[in-house]
Amino acid sequence: MAMEMRLPVARKPLSESVGRDTKKHLVVPGDTITTDTGFMRGHGTYMGEEKLIASVAGSVERVNKLICVKALKTRYNGEVGDIVVGRITEVQQKRWKVETNSRLDSVLLLSSMNLPGGELRRRSAEDELAMRGFLQEGDLISAEVQAVFSDGAVSLHTRSLKYGKLGQGVLVQVSPSLVKRQKTHFHDLPCGASVILGNNGFIWIYPTPEHKEEGAGGFAADLETEGVRVSTEASLRTSSCLLLAMKWNWGALWSPGRTLRVPAAEAPSFLPSLAVSG
Amino acid sequence: MTVLDYSRSLEQISEDLRVDGRGCEDYRCVEVETDVVSNTSGSARVKLGHTDILVGVKAEMGTPKLEKPDEGYLEFFVDCSANATPEFEGRGGDDLGTEIANTLYRIFNNKSSVDLKSLCISPREHCWILYVDVLLLECDGNLFDTICIAVKAALFNTRIPRVRVLEDEEGSKDIELSDDPYDCIRLSVENVPCIVTLCKIGYRHVVDATLQEEACSLASLLVSVTSTGVVTCMRKVGKGSLDPESIFEMMETGKRVGKVLHASLQSVLHKEESLGPKRQKVGFLG
Repeated sequence: MAMEMRLPVARKPLSESVGRDTKKHLVVPGDTITTDTGFMRGHGTYMGEEKLIASVAGSVERVNKLICVKALKTRYNGEVGDIVVGRITEVQQKRWKVETNSRLDSVLLLSSMNLPGGELRRRSAEDELAMRGFLQEGDLISAEVQAVFSDGAVSLHTRSLKYGKLGQGVLVQVSPSLVKRQKTHFHDLPCGASVILGNNGFIWIYPTPEHKEEGAGGFAADLETEGVRVSTEASLRTSSCLLLAMKWNWGALWSPGRTLRVPAAEAPSFLPSLAVSG
Repeated sequence: MTVLDYSRSLEQISEDLRVDGRGCEDYRCVEVETDVVSNTSGSARVKLGHTDILVGVKAEMGTPKLEKPDEGYLEFFVDCSANATPEFEGRGGDDLGTEIANTLYRIFNNKSSVDLKSLCISPREHCWILYVDVLLLECDGNLFDTICIAVKAALFNTRIPRVRVLEDEEGSKDIELSDDPYDCIRLSVENVPCIVTLCKIGYRHVVDATLQEEACSLASLLVSVTSTGVVTCMRKVGKGSLDPESIFEMMETGKRVGKVLHASLQSVLHKEESLGPKRQKVGFLG
């Protein structure tokens, strides 16, 4: 058993140690952005006393004459085509309500989900009654955004074999502003863990399966634990690294040229020594 | 936590592996600093992971209790600040605060924890009352352990001014404070106990649970242990039930872990004191 007690040490501010080419102009609500009245005001700002004042905490973005403040901690705003990781909160008549860290619960319609075996037919009353057999309250799923309703609620679909119920793994919740939109959000790390970067800030880290399952559509949740200790440790280590990266380096995750190096499996302790390049 | 998360954590804990990589009997890293509040007789701030506790001890003169005329006493007050979680806003934190204060009273309610006779100035008339105020700044699971560590560190840091009772010819007593501001008496905290909270998750029990792990656990056992491994008080919290064998196992683990906890705390407190007045104080803005 381990017990580490120590005296506190003053932490060095990060901006001195991490060299940045472009310094971000960070503001908090109430900060003056500029006193120049020639700018148009965008989201996150308001005009008060002849100067532009920020109303959210974030970084200032300027495009020609438009100034807006992009908030660091936001709710997820859905766009068609985004990959999200969500948690089922309710099972309703023909749909599931999914929590995705947005302003309204997202919706997963029964018709947007693949039937087992890949059948293509109209969903019947028996399918409705069997809904809880597929997904229950508390399950985690990966899905793609199909449409956005007028009130901002998002409609999801899992019409592909790579989406579906998630099995063993660790969920890390970060701010949605940190996850950039990319070509692929499913990555396999060399350390034995795989990662799904949800655009809504939910990141799912799981041990890489030895063989890719086909045809099941991802609904058979794998609860086996034999032989997965090494990859489980890898996924736990990755999640600790991710939490540290999020805490100390407010940069985007997985932008091109930036890789997250996870320490080798031979490292004796779990306190991760992080290397973020780029 | 989902059903799958819960079952996954059950499987992992059965292999002595938790979500953050710790073993079942490992604590998170603890940071202890004493003498952080200048207008108290003693203070300490303890950070265990993200749980942040500040304790201040003020020594005031008062009359002893009627049933114990030659002893001083301790009064505990716990304030759950609204900064910790939004649930503590307004009067939301009062219930938890009262529960923690009552637990502290129970732990210290024995002859050997603190030498109360040394707090007596003159029997039946004057004694020192130590008002221990606990402030919860941030809450991330395992409150009781952290609060006890902080109370012990604050009592170690407490300096009570030395007073003398002068009696003149008519028999009226006068209390004289010594001129030297550094002439103080210190309390011996050798026998002050520390709480070890053991949460039952699945078939095993874990020490130092985070908020997520506490949400998974249905029953916990609070064991108050001194530095020699003597159990002073035990309490069960939670809606679930514990069978007697588990209670026995958890108590043994608590004793074992408690001894190591005391040893580490003693060494850190002595190390901090040996640095002397030149040590760099980190405080709240570090």
